[in-house]
Amino acid sequence: MIAGISIYEILTVTSILFFIGIYGFITRKNLISILISIELIMNASVVNFVIINKYLYPDILQGVLFSIFIIAVTAAETALAVAIIINLYRQISSVEVKDTETMKY
Amino acid sequence: MEKIIFYILALLMIVFAIASVSSRKMLRSVIYLLFVLVSVAGIYFLIDYNFLGAIQLTVYAGGIIVLIIFSVLLVHHIEMELEVAKTSKKILTGIICAIGLGVFLTTIYSYNFNVVENSISTTTEDIGTKLLSYGNGGFILPFEVISVLLLAAMIGAIIIAKGKKLTDKIN
Repeated sequence: MIAGISIYEILTVTSILFFIGIYGFITRKNLISILISIELIMNASVVNFVIINKYLYPDILQGVLFSIFIIAVTAAETALAVAIIINLYRQISSVEVKDTETMKY
Repeated sequence: MEKIIFYILALLMIVFAIASVSSRKMLRSVIYLLFVLVSVAGIYFLIDYNFLGAIQLTVYAGGIIVLIIFSVLLVHHIEMELEVAKTSKKILTGIICAIGLGVFLTTIYSYNFNVVENSISTTTEDIGTKLLSYGNGGFILPFEVISVLLLAAMIGAIIIAKGKKLTDKIN
């Protein structure tokens, strides 16, 4: 536990981070920027898992293990998304959302 | 002391997150994301989960950021500026996000958490034992599934990024 910091303050910070991610997800028009916003959202949720584990159930480790799995899934997702973006750029020379109309020729 | 460090980290996280979603230059936006991720790793170190902090630094700051920077450099000129959304859309989204944040915060602050005062330190050994135990509450099955998932994602990424050339050669 962090001395002098209550769980409410940390949850406030992660909620703000989550909604900044949502804001970026909606306003950005570029696929890579959207990927960055998804990373922010994922990170906020992982921190929530860890904080709740540490503050409410310190003698079990479920939150930590779940956050390890979430990080692994995020890594896989990012690798696939980057592959898709590069392939898309090769085919239509753009990574803007509005140009992405077809998934397959 | 820890209190001050936490506030500094929280401030860095929020400021750089806002900079990351509002910067018009692509590469800068990625670097701001890197600062956010490092601050999150700092919070893990602060609550004494050293292993998780190390994972955060190696996987996110070391792996994912490099991957995103590569993709940015492959599809953009460094100095290219992004299109921005219309101001009315930005304001509308900001208002919606503020309302959502308000709902979240009122829910959080009205709930009474049963905080257990503790200073239990978790070692890497505990995490490893739990991750590989097949007893009650063990995590061996998700651990194996996630390894298969990573392999599948790796092969899939190679196929997708290289797909056209491979089929051309076969034809």
